[in-house]
Amino acid sequence: MSRFRRPRAPLFLKRQSYRRRRLRDAARMLPVLGAFLFLLPILWSPGTTEKNDTAPDGVYLFLVWIGLVLLAAALAPGLSAGAEDDDQGEER
Amino acid sequence: MPFNLLVLACIAYVAVLFLVAFLAERRAAMGRIGWLRSPLIYTLSLSIYCTAWTFYGAVGYAARSGLEFVTIYLGPTLVFVGWWWLLRKLVRIGRQQRVTSIADLISSRFGKSNLLGIIVTLLAVVAATPYIALQLQSVTLSFGAFANGTPEGWALPNRDATAVWVAGGLAIFTILFGTRNLDAKEQHHGVVLAIAVEAVVKLVALLAVGAFVVWGIADGPGDVFARIEASSIADWPLQPGRWVGLMVVSAAAVICLPRMFQVMVVEDGDEKHLARASWAFPLYLMAMSLFIVPIAVIGLERMPSGSNPDMFVLTLPLAEGQGALAMLAFLGGFSSATSMVIVEAIALATMVSNHIVMPVWLRVWPRAGESGDVRRIVLLSRRMSIIGVLALGYAYYRMSGGSSALASMGLIAFAGVAQVLPVLVGGLFWRGATRVGAAAGLAVGFAVWAYTLFLPSFGPDAVLSAAVLEQGLGGIGWLRPQALFGVEGMDPLVHSLFWSMVLNLTAFGLFSILTFPGPVERMQGAAFVNVFDAESAGPQGWARGRAEPEALLIMAQRILGEEPALALFEAEARAQGKAGYLPDATPDFVAGLERRLAGSVGAATAHAMISQIVGRATVSVEDLMAVANETAQIMEYSAELEAQREELTRTARQLREVNEKLTQLSVQKDAFLSQISHELRTPMTSIRAFSEILTEGDLPPAIVGNYGRVIHEEAIRLTRLLDDLLDLSVLENGSVQLNIGLANVQQMLDRALAAAGHTRPERAFLVIRDLPAENIFVRTDADRLVQVFINLISNARKYCDAAHPELKITVRQRGGRVSVDFIDNGSGIPKAAQAIIFEKFARLTDQTRAGGAGLGLAICREIMVNLGGTVGFLPGQAGAAFRVTLPLRLDRKAA
Repeated sequence: MSRFRRPRAPLFLKRQSYRRRRLRDAARMLPVLGAFLFLLPILWSPGTTEKNDTAPDGVYLFLVWIGLVLLAAALAPGLSAGAEDDDQGEER
Repeated sequence: MPFNLLVLACIAYVAVLFLVAFLAERRAAMGRIGWLRSPLIYTLSLSIYCTAWTFYGAVGYAARSGLEFVTIYLGPTLVFVGWWWLLRKLVRIGRQQRVTSIADLISSRFGKSNLLGIIVTLLAVVAATPYIALQLQSVTLSFGAFANGTPEGWALPNRDATAVWVAGGLAIFTILFGTRNLDAKEQHHGVVLAIAVEAVVKLVALLAVGAFVVWGIADGPGDVFARIEASSIADWPLQPGRWVGLMVVSAAAVICLPRMFQVMVVEDGDEKHLARASWAFPLYLMAMSLFIVPIAVIGLERMPSGSNPDMFVLTLPLAEGQGALAMLAFLGGFSSATSMVIVEAIALATMVSNHIVMPVWLRVWPRAGESGDVRRIVLLSRRMSIIGVLALGYAYYRMSGGSSALASMGLIAFAGVAQVLPVLVGGLFWRGATRVGAAAGLAVGFAVWAYTLFLPSFGPDAVLSAAVLEQGLGGIGWLRPQALFGVEGMDPLVHSLFWSMVLNLTAFGLFSILTFPGPVERMQGAAFVNVFDAESAGPQGWARGRAEPEALLIMAQRILGEEPALALFEAEARAQGKAGYLPDATPDFVAGLERRLAGSVGAATAHAMISQIVGRATVSVEDLMAVANETAQIMEYSAELEAQREELTRTARQLREVNEKLTQLSVQKDAFLSQISHELRTPMTSIRAFSEILTEGDLPPAIVGNYGRVIHEEAIRLTRLLDDLLDLSVLENGSVQLNIGLANVQQMLDRALAAAGHTRPERAFLVIRDLPAENIFVRTDADRLVQVFINLISNARKYCDAAHPELKITVRQRGGRVSVDFIDNGSGIPKAAQAIIFEKFARLTDQTRAGGAGLGLAICREIMVNLGGTVGFLPGQAGAAFRVTLPLRLDRKAA
């Protein structure tokens, strides 16, 4: 018998905890997605083209912006609800 | 519009702010905090990110560089949308460590080092001064815009006088509501609510101007779209370097700006509020940016060329004759400027007083912590710092002459505070970050920023000579401020940001790796990086018992005030189970007190003051290791305890089983006694009855004979019963004498069959045997074994209920053992009874039919135990079946 047994964290989680973990993953990915979309205009290189691109690109940026706000708003309640429960098991 | 009216509106607005702040403070003082601390107020207070720079400057920025202005708001959007990465940890640490400012956070993380606190404070003050000047400038500019725009042509007010009035009014407001209490965690409800109101005012003002421009001047969004296409900023000159750089620098600034840190972490650090703000604040930023481009485009279109685009928000409605809207816009701009200055002043004053004034003061009067009134002095130093910060801003404004474009000044400040970011993030996520590394990173970043961006921004020959700007420091081309290491052609801001960040990170990483952190540093590092692992901050590090509780109480009273300190000490004393006000100065208590004091005077000062009482050498690396060892020992000990507990559980289970067995035995014994008395009584009763009749005489001889026979039979039955009991008791005690010798199984079976034939002789019984197989010689007590056989065969004869009863006897030899099976073809023994048939007095059918005492099988079992064998029920046969097994050679007498 092992004398130094320590309670080990479970390898697999209940459905609810599992969903909460994935929600956190989504919250971590959101800024990455946002950064990608915000930096995308660089690839269109509007500085070198002759086209008038302020207006359409502005519309694009604001659409991405509102999209990010909506996604963050969708994620926030679930994240803050689970924030107290299991902070220890952060990385699983 | 008359100038006086404008001034009146201004004063009225400020009066409303005072009133709001006052009511909020009063409400909070009565304990009705409620919505004063809510996600909405939190989000609105975050909006001090949008200063006059946003309100006026963004339009000017858009008029000059198109869409580039949005980067200033996209960076913070990404930071807030990704709050789970950094802000959540920041807020949690801020709450746990009672952080008072960003300088305090850095100082606290790196071993409560005051040096780092000073560096960050200086950096913040230097970066914030032009920013405050910018706000003063925007207010005076907006006054000027009104003056220019009025047809009455009233005299242009003295700009400097305006700035002085504004700065003075702000100082009064800030001192009144920003230095009410000492503890940063006792929030400035008044200030926060006033800021929230101002946030609404500036948003509404900007949206109103935007709506007027889009639907009043232009013909809806479609028309605005077309006008943008036709304007001078229709082609977006995106510069990739600036696009990325500005987003990074604004993201860094929203975390590191002292005022943002103040409202985000210090004032109301709550994760639930942060969760809401994670989307609401980006939404606010988006709303603020939404109409910037339309206003800029329409302004460029409508306003005479050469007019300042920074003022379009104000001058456009004025030029269109919308006086009320212009007034609203003016108040919006005023709000943006004042809220920023108020919070920045509070944040900077806290930093200056906690990290510069207090340490100096404690060094000059080392015993002051125990004797002087620290509260008064801290508050005084904070008030003086507020005045000092605003005075600096004003001085800068006077010096710069209020000329440079607003946006560039804001960006320079952003790049300056961004130098704190590597150390901040490193400190939060990397335990290896050390004090020396942090100091080196900050110093290098600060120096590079100042040399490449801040000082050149004053223009040639202002601070840096034109020669240095052209040829580099000391004529070395590599050291040209705007082309460091020969990197030319880069945008100056991006260039400065690039080099300052690269060198900052390099110095931070390199020195962190090369140096060894002190014990307090390591403790704090662990507490910060692992803030989510345990709510308690791990080992505290104050040695036990060296502090005098009374001295601690006196010091705490001087900082926290008499009543709160007494309440704190009393609560702790009660928690320790002591009466009165003086708890033991346990390490936990001292550490908790230190954190509490840190909320008022900063971690470094609080640490220094406690050190004076507890003793300078608080903790060494060895102590830390000892604490860690202790923890390990405790864990080992608990593991041992667990093992012991398991053993105890096992023993308890065994004891329970034994107890159950004993109880059963007791029950059996009782049953046995009652059974035996019953068994003895029945024959005794008949013997007594018949003998009584016989004693009376007068009976015919036939009846006498008959009665005598009955008595005789009953006596025999009694004797047999007593014999059996005696036999059983002898067998059970193991004191039986065995007569061991060689015997043939076949002969023994013959004897047994012959003897058992007396039982129910009227029944014809077919016995099936395999004679050759029975021809085995065993060394055992033949008489006893035959007794067992007789018993089993008699039982079969007695109980087998088949019409043509059969008994099959099978003998096998296997290994060193012989087994003899007795199998009849009756209905067998019910499953429930199989367990008890070997018990004493176990009889399945009624007594009369069996005619025995029910001891037969019990005796058989005991005999077989004594012969080293077993007798058991053999399941899975047609009828009742028993198997007797015995060793071929019984060597020793079984015990």
